[in-house]
Amino acid sequence: MGLSPRPEPAAVSWQPQSQEGWLTTRLDFLVNWGRSNSLWPMPFGTACCAIEFMATAASKFDLARFGMERMSFSPRQADLLICAGRVPFKLAPVIRRIWQQMPQPKWAISMGACASSGGMFDNYAVVQGIDTIIPVDVYVPGCPPRPEGLIYGIMMLQRKIRTERMSDPSIRREMEPDPTSQLYIPPSAIDELSEPFGNSVHQTRSAP
Amino acid sequence: MSGAPGGDAGGAGLLRAGHAVPGAPAPASRRGVPNRGGAANPSAAAAAAKFGAAVRRTEVVCGDTNLHVAPASALDVIRWLHDDPSQQYEYLVDVTAVEQRDGGPLEVVWHLRSIACRRFLRVKAELDTSKPLVVPSVWPVYKGADWLERECYDMFGIRFEGHPDLRRILMWEQYREGFPLRKDFPLRGRFSRAEQLKQALTGNPEAHYSMEELTIADAFDDLPVEMKVRLGHGEQVGE
Repeated sequence: MGLSPRPEPAAVSWQPQSQEGWLTTRLDFLVNWGRSNSLWPMPFGTACCAIEFMATAASKFDLARFGMERMSFSPRQADLLICAGRVPFKLAPVIRRIWQQMPQPKWAISMGACASSGGMFDNYAVVQGIDTIIPVDVYVPGCPPRPEGLIYGIMMLQRKIRTERMSDPSIRREMEPDPTSQLYIPPSAIDELSEPFGNSVHQTRSAP
Repeated sequence: MSGAPGGDAGGAGLLRAGHAVPGAPAPASRRGVPNRGGAANPSAAAAAAKFGAAVRRTEVVCGDTNLHVAPASALDVIRWLHDDPSQQYEYLVDVTAVEQRDGGPLEVVWHLRSIACRRFLRVKAELDTSKPLVVPSVWPVYKGADWLERECYDMFGIRFEGHPDLRRILMWEQYREGFPLRKDFPLRGRFSRAEQLKQALTGNPEAHYSMEELTIADAFDDLPVEMKVRLGHGEQVGE
């Protein structure tokens, strides 16, 4: 199918020079193996990418091979947020709340050009990339991505999960947005991420 | 396309549009309708005779009739078109607006259809963009105009006088940047992306309910008397 080779099963290996013992690293391997093969996705489908996501979940491409056949429409039972489609500003607090309702450990896939960067909707109504609202693990390019593309992104995420270490405190740190602005990355970074792009650079703002 | 049945191109057995049945006449199409001019909808002449100067002009565009009326009398004309037994425009298809470039007038457009008479009429009212944008609401005639006029207000900032609940419908209640479909609105909005995101994230996603919708006490006052009595006795509804 043109996919990359499967990630090696022993991606986490015992390193004698580290401070961790044999038991914790083997436990890491076991836990990561379980987590990566039983991801329950929360499908946040807002546009045409959701159609490709449905095709990915259907029989031909069969997400059940990855332990993901159980779509979790409740965020509290979900491990993986798949944002499939554009997110308007009106939905920004909604996806933020869904992300906050998901329990740790949790991951996010930004599926398609619109979720990753705003895509062709470089206008007043659409969020220019959901990474300005929630942290994203894997970006899947495409407009919309084919199911093979999404599966490749899922396999990249599985590979990432297999290299996680419980002893690393930064992995499970919950994102805490600034209480006044509700932003979790600095405004200058957001403006830099979303400045001139697309075909409307001649459209200037009339106020800062 | 000469319209001859069973044409030569494609050969026998191949069906072409308009020639599904061999030997049948071609159905009437809009092909050949001029861009300007042609037979006007008879309702336009009737409205002009009835309302005089309030009907400013009539034009026929691509076979459809545009009836330009004075903004203040739009409700009267539309109410007459709805109520008059010889017109019977009982279906309001759409309410929208068109703003022209370079300071041209802003047109409010009502699309009306008479199912009984099989007629379509487009009523337009021109507004001066240098003055407050106000037209009468047609909500007293067509209840379906409620959300259409709210959308038109949300996108263009036109105030529909007499609308029962005129507030934003697509953008959120706290939206501060203006009216997105106006020509002077920048495509990316007036604020920076960080400011837009901050305003969106600090907003309450459930704030699109009006206070009327949220106030149970007001809803109780509108109930029928006998239901008020039953609820007042503490009767439970449902099991």
